[in-house]
Amino acid sequence: MSLATETTALPAERFRVTRSRRNVAWTGVGALIVVVVLAYFPYIVYSGTTAILVQAFIVLTMASMWNLLAGYAGLVSVGQQAFVGLGAYFVLILALHGTSPFAALPVAAIGCGVAALPMWWLVSRLRSGYFAIATWVLAATTMLIIEKFSSIGGGTGMPLPGFAGLDPTLLTAYTYWAGLAVTVVALVGIYLLLRGRLGLVLTAIRDDEAAARSSGARVGLARMLVFVVAGAGCGAAGALLAISQLQVQPGAVFSVQFTAEMAFVTIIGGLGTIEGPIVGTAVYMILQQTLASYNAWYLIILGLVAIVVTLFARRGLWGLVDTHLNVRLFPVGYYLRLDEERPRGPRALPRRG
Amino acid sequence: MAWVNAIIQGVLVGGLYALFACGLSLMFGVMKVVNLAHGDLAVVAGYLAIGVITVTHIPVLWSFLVVVPLMAVLGYVLQRTILQGALDRSVLATLMVTFGLSVVIENGLLQFFTANSRAIGTGLALVSGSFSIGSQIQIGYLLVVVFAVAVIVLLGLQYFLSATKYGRLIRAVADDREAAQLAGADYRHVFGIAAAIAFGTVALGGIAYGMYSQLQPTTGTDTILLFAFAAVVIGGLGSLWGTLLGGVVLGVAQQIGAQISISDETLAGFIVFLAVLALRPQGLISRGAQS
Repeated sequence: MSLATETTALPAERFRVTRSRRNVAWTGVGALIVVVVLAYFPYIVYSGTTAILVQAFIVLTMASMWNLLAGYAGLVSVGQQAFVGLGAYFVLILALHGTSPFAALPVAAIGCGVAALPMWWLVSRLRSGYFAIATWVLAATTMLIIEKFSSIGGGTGMPLPGFAGLDPTLLTAYTYWAGLAVTVVALVGIYLLLRGRLGLVLTAIRDDEAAARSSGARVGLARMLVFVVAGAGCGAAGALLAISQLQVQPGAVFSVQFTAEMAFVTIIGGLGTIEGPIVGTAVYMILQQTLASYNAWYLIILGLVAIVVTLFARRGLWGLVDTHLNVRLFPVGYYLRLDEERPRGPRALPRRG
Repeated sequence: MAWVNAIIQGVLVGGLYALFACGLSLMFGVMKVVNLAHGDLAVVAGYLAIGVITVTHIPVLWSFLVVVPLMAVLGYVLQRTILQGALDRSVLATLMVTFGLSVVIENGLLQFFTANSRAIGTGLALVSGSFSIGSQIQIGYLLVVVFAVAVIVLLGLQYFLSATKYGRLIRAVADDREAAQLAGADYRHVFGIAAAIAFGTVALGGIAYGMYSQLQPTTGTDTILLFAFAAVVIGGLGSLWGTLLGGVVLGVAQQIGAQISISDETLAGFIVFLAVLALRPQGLISRGAQS
């Protein structure tokens, strides 16, 4: 009752809970246009350009998955290369049995999601930093086990079969479209997941884990779901990697370098926003293309920038944009908004999520 | 007899792993920092030792006296600057900063010193010498010395933490930072000292590893960090002597794996680690302290 009297000053009808301070329909239209234009690229640009873009798709997919893990579920994994490698090997194994590598790609993603379950059972026993190294050990173990099977190339790997008779130009175009499809599915999937119930649970966990637990949020289940989705996503990226390189080699596909890339890209772009990995991937591709002839330098610079961003601009590049311009392309949080006709007072309360 | 030999070798190598693991465990125990650059710092220490020996021509063992204090100072400085900066932000920040350091160090070494592997003091009698028991068992002097050093380091750490002024400060800050601060402890300085000790032990381990085996830029992560971590988890999180037990179990598992097939050495160690994680996640020496 006392609550009712207190709120009479600000009647409930004056509040609206919205996803964003602006209408975001244009974002959807814009994204659709971008995707359509990108889909036309194989007809209008050189195959060298599409090859670079395939690389960007792989990095963006991996980074978005890492962002889901670390930015939304608080799970810092440095062993995501386990899924990149497994995805590549699933494609290789299916291709050796006569499946088209493109048809094998979704199967590889699902396979990685399934493989994530027993891995989660093991690593979820440890928290934060020790969780991170445990995932790393798991990735190393997965690679060592795969290397034991000489039928799939053992320690040296083997070329990916299944493309005999396919025109190289067509192969490049197909690979590009597969990459675009994987990225779009990954981003839309993450967006919908975070807008749904899971997003709410994750926000509650991030704000106060004990409180979330005691109000009935199934914390373990939510984190497991995120780990499985991220496993499937990184698996799809790994499958794409195998298809784009036409070669699967254990040391290359299980390299911790992938986790370094996905983590640094996310941190630089902005952790905990869907836009962050997109911005980060752009920065990464520019660095990588300009420093391509300097071997390890782009990773060194990327690492240093990630350290500086972590220490001095923890919301990343997109965080700077968001702070100054108040823009969210993919709103997954909520705003409590006062109606426009209200004469004075704050127009919007601080957002949560 | 080959099996007995494998077990003896494994126990002795376990001392080396314990040297790596105790620094990792100390930093986590005191400031809740999991240093993902731990192994790469060991490699840096090894490369420093090689550099010092080549430039000054001092006897190999003297390089310890130069490199270990140098790494300890580096530890203090790193802790007081960027690690403390990350700690003030979040756990995730400490992980990202140490992971960034790891990648930067590893690729920096790769860039400047190539991927070639290097060893320390190969001509030394201590490194190449060994003694035999019976006809099958041959034990290298180096591993015995390293094991003894590991035990001495752990004893020293135990004494330091339980009986000295700074040790008590470290434990006080680790237990309850705010309360220790109220009592006048400067926790940043205490963190710096803990980091200095951890970096000192990792330097010892790094140089010893360079004598026992060979160092490459990637040794830091794919061998040292992962083995040190496996030793910590097998032994039990937060237990100092657990790291020795964990190191020994890991070493024995690896040597037995190597007996089955030489390529299974690392895998056998990791499988034992995963088995402990699955069946006894609190580690063999349980302190009931889940991190």
